[in-house]
Amino acid sequence: MRHDHLISAAQLSRDDIEAVLDRAAEIDADPAAVRERHAGTVLALCFFEPSTRTKMSFDTAMKRLGGETIDMGSVESSSVKKGETLADTARVIEGYADAIVLRHPSEGSAKMASEFVDVPLVNAGDGAGQHPSQTLLDLYTIRENAGLDDITVGIMGDLKYGRTVHSLSMALTNFDVRQHFVSPESLRLPRSVRYDLHEAGAQVREHEELAGILPELDVLYVTRIQRERFPDEREYREVAGEYQIDPDILAEAKESLTVMHPLPRVDEIDPAVDETPHAQYFEQAHNGVPVRMALLDTLLSQGGRDR
Amino acid sequence: MSEHELRVSKIRNGTVIDHVAAGQALNVLTILGIDGTSGESVSVGMNVPSGRLGRKDIVKVEDRELSPSEVDVLSLIAPEATINIVRDYEVVEKNRVERPERVVGVLSCPNHNCITNGNEPVASKFTVVSDGLRCEYCGTFIHESFAEHIDGS
Ligand SMILES: [Zn+2]
Repeated sequence: MRHDHLISAAQLSRDDIEAVLDRAAEIDADPAAVRERHAGTVLALCFFEPSTRTKMSFDTAMKRLGGETIDMGSVESSSVKKGETLADTARVIEGYADAIVLRHPSEGSAKMASEFVDVPLVNAGDGAGQHPSQTLLDLYTIRENAGLDDITVGIMGDLKYGRTVHSLSMALTNFDVRQHFVSPESLRLPRSVRYDLHEAGAQVREHEELAGILPELDVLYVTRIQRERFPDEREYREVAGEYQIDPDILAEAKESLTVMHPLPRVDEIDPAVDETPHAQYFEQAHNGVPVRMALLDTLLSQGGRDR
Repeated sequence: MSEHELRVSKIRNGTVIDHVAAGQALNVLTILGIDGTSGESVSVGMNVPSGRLGRKDIVKVEDRELSPSEVDVLSLIAPEATINIVRDYEVVEKNRVERPERVVGVLSCPNHNCITNGNEPVASKFTVVSDGLRCEYCGTFIHESFAEHIDGS
């Protein structure tokens, strides 16, 4: 990867992705080999909205590379509450850390913050925008289970606000992947993502129902439909109910189908699916640590002020 | 337009924006931030017969030359426009507008949740794409009605 920052999946080439995934596989196979690799390195975890898992997985990844992390704490208790700009916060924290992980509720926030700092910055979610480190662990999981070429992937749920979906679908255009998007009409992919997929020459189809395409899929990536996207509870229930999967529905699927979910789930996937060989979402979550170790190793080894 | 009419509306110093697509004159004024309150003398011709365009609008602004960023946005709504700089009744410069590669700091992003709409020390930046503009921060498109997005500040 020749970039100092990871802002969007659109900046990742096939070579970039494969290099990180290969490195993650090496680390996974022999974690002891990197135990002291980044001793003395400090990673700042700047989470302007809560995300326990992403934060903990970056925290663990840095510590397993021998480094340390600092945390700005909750937004309520920080200077942000007093009206400090993100640009100022980023510039101050740059003085404390060798790299920054940023989660922020506004689209474009990671790109903007990266313009104010020289240390590597990783976008860990910018509003409904992008979440590229999640994409790397998703791709790692897909590669382990189905390979990354000549496969058919279904992505289902909230495609409009789902930043993990936006990043994953873009990254998949680097590979020979047929993409099917399944969502209620009101939660279809945003125009800007469809534009990018079209520009990248992706093979993309959109559906309102899973049934018609389920038998073709090698991977089914399920995301949560959030209650707050709907004006009333009843409307939410009607829609959400149609996008839940259980073992009966999966009877129509290939035996080798891999079911993924960026977690946390609420009721999109019946817990009975956990017992089937399709379920890979906990594996997917575990992959977060080696993949983020590989990502941090890549960014820290090439970028930063010490180069 | 006859010679007589031209002479009547001649300006001493300022800018004549000619060959504006018919119906766009008021948007041109919006882009230039002209609403009549700042005392500029402005003449507007609408639906004037034109050899090149059939019908065109024309805007003449006294004592004002346009900034490059104003010309950039102008080019989006009036791609055929010519900009004539007038000094002492003579046209001293005559330029066709050119489609820019990006538009910086003039328009605001239609995505309310875009970081450029917050309180940050950063100018909006749009890349010009085939059918409009695209925010370089959040990816949101502006396809038309560019004038509606002109930054009020
Ligand atoms: Zn924007």
